[in-house]
Amino acid sequence: MKRSTILVVVARFLIPLIMLFALYVQFHGEYSPGGGFQAGVLFAAAWILFVFIYGLETGLRVIPTRVIYALASLGVLLYAFIGLLGVVMGGRFLDFYPLLESPHAAQQAGIILVEFGVGITVATVVMLIFLMFAQRRAMTDAAERNE
Amino acid sequence: MNVTEWMPFIVLIPLIAGPICILLPGQRLPWLLAMLSAASALIIAGFTFAEVITNGTLRYAFGNWQPPIGIEYRVDAANAFVALLITGMASIMLAWGKPTVDVEIPERQSSFYALFLLAFAGLLGITLTGDIFNVFVFLEISSLATYALIAHGQDRRALVAAFRYLMMGTVGATFLLIGIGFLYIMTGTLNMMELAERLPALADSRATQVGLAFIVVGFSIKLALFPMHHWLPNAYTYAPSLVTAFLAATATKVALYVLLRFVFTVFAPDYSDAAMPLAIAFAVLAIAGMFAGSWIAIFQKNLKRLLAYSSVAQVGYMVLGASFVTVVGVTASFLHLFNHGLIKGALFMAAGIVFHQIGSARLEDMRGLGRVMPWTLTGFALAGLSLIGIPPTVGFVSKWYLISAAIDAGQTWIVVLILISSLLAVVYIAKLIELFWMQPRPADSPVVQEASPALLIPLWLMVFANFYFGIDTRLTVGGATAAAQAILGVPVGGLP
Repeated sequence: MKRSTILVVVARFLIPLIMLFALYVQFHGEYSPGGGFQAGVLFAAAWILFVFIYGLETGLRVIPTRVIYALASLGVLLYAFIGLLGVVMGGRFLDFYPLLESPHAAQQAGIILVEFGVGITVATVVMLIFLMFAQRRAMTDAAERNE
Repeated sequence: MNVTEWMPFIVLIPLIAGPICILLPGQRLPWLLAMLSAASALIIAGFTFAEVITNGTLRYAFGNWQPPIGIEYRVDAANAFVALLITGMASIMLAWGKPTVDVEIPERQSSFYALFLLAFAGLLGITLTGDIFNVFVFLEISSLATYALIAHGQDRRALVAAFRYLMMGTVGATFLLIGIGFLYIMTGTLNMMELAERLPALADSRATQVGLAFIVVGFSIKLALFPMHHWLPNAYTYAPSLVTAFLAATATKVALYVLLRFVFTVFAPDYSDAAMPLAIAFAVLAIAGMFAGSWIAIFQKNLKRLLAYSSVAQVGYMVLGASFVTVVGVTASFLHLFNHGLIKGALFMAAGIVFHQIGSARLEDMRGLGRVMPWTLTGFALAGLSLIGIPPTVGFVSKWYLISAAIDAGQTWIVVLILISSLLAVVYIAKLIELFWMQPRPADSPVVQEASPALLIPLWLMVFANFYFGIDTRLTVGGATAAAQAILGVPVGGLP
């Protein structure tokens, strides 16, 4: 693909903005519309735009496939860990009240942490889905060139 | 800590072990983790079952959010009985299946076992939850994991089978979701107990009736009730041996349990019958399934496919018991749910061992195999006797209770139909036994050895269970009776 200057400039401007907006949606999720799922998809969209402009190899140098896989499961495990923390501290699974003294702060902290786990997993899984299609395309292209 | 605090960990342990499993390298560690989590879930399920039988319903509100705001796990004898079956089957299948997985899925075993754990956790979640939307979520977890597991089969046709199941399963799940939506609009709650309280006032509403219809059809697809069984034979035939054995012993059972839970607990039994002729519909479809499944099974040329069609017929027996809408009938249903798990588990394990040794599931490759692999195929034949229902096996106990339920309901003609359809099972099992022992092994066939003890011991454990629970029926009949009373709302230790 020919590299267009307009695309590169616009992308350079947009990618950080999209990421910033993703983080905004992530960390305001507990009292405004948003949350982990939406933030994760936004964040992954920024990476996908990056791959469109700079190519898959550069994109995978930023975040290797193994790291994507690991983060996808670590996000779920963060969620589960916060849930289990409630059990360990004398409550029930996903019970946030025992986490902190003040009940409001405890609920807020619990929700933010759990949603952060959701965000990580959703972002990396969306990246993985994109990666599967992109790599398949690269494989078939290579096979055609060899023929 | 008491049992209530531990009970949700039946679901949580495999659910959390799944993502950990992906991170583990190699072939041994992922299997070990899966095995450990299945075994610990089994232990907790055993304690839960004992507690529920003696002290009645357990309730656990997630995050300490009491229902109707929060999600509640509500375990009575029916859930605990089914959870015991699932965890037991998963433990024994995992203990058995490692060598077959090593051959059939040589690479990326960590993701295979992670998917297995997710499917396992999903089935348990459907079983234990007391929230109808949670049922849908766990149904999707287990279904999506199952589609991927089936697609792991070596044969390329496994992909088509998985895709077909994906299509049918998605239709089923969508129907279920529409039905749940109707109920939520009408009642404003998703909790099963609150629904059961509010629905009688809305008995005449068309929307409630439509909701029930969608839910029944949705689960019937997952249950593979004839004529909605078309996904099942291919899925069971082409999936890896471990997946086939596990699914055959658990997946349709969970669908049956949750269907009964909706029809009998969420909606009252007499309502479900009055709103639409469910009892007659179930009876007709069940009997049609019993005959069609067995009849088609007779003509199959692939061992796993034959057993899959036989499963369609056996689902018929389970639904037939429920169609009487009596405690005895539903007891027969739950009893066969458990017993058929043991029977089909053993049969598919033996089929998996044969596939492992000769690399084929076609019947023509198995001529005279009984002389070469006596241990495997004797186990198969004994489990086959249990499938037919010869005393003292679990199959006999199931049929005995089913027939007494039919007589109890005054429908003696159904007894005749049950006996005739059992004769069809005699035909296909006898055909297999003839093939294994009476026919000579072709001279040009490759050399085959008996399987290793690692595969044979769990198989024989299952075969032994088929006979043990045929003689000592305290656990199975007692559990099934308590389950039927709980699900029908008869006040004996079950629902308050």
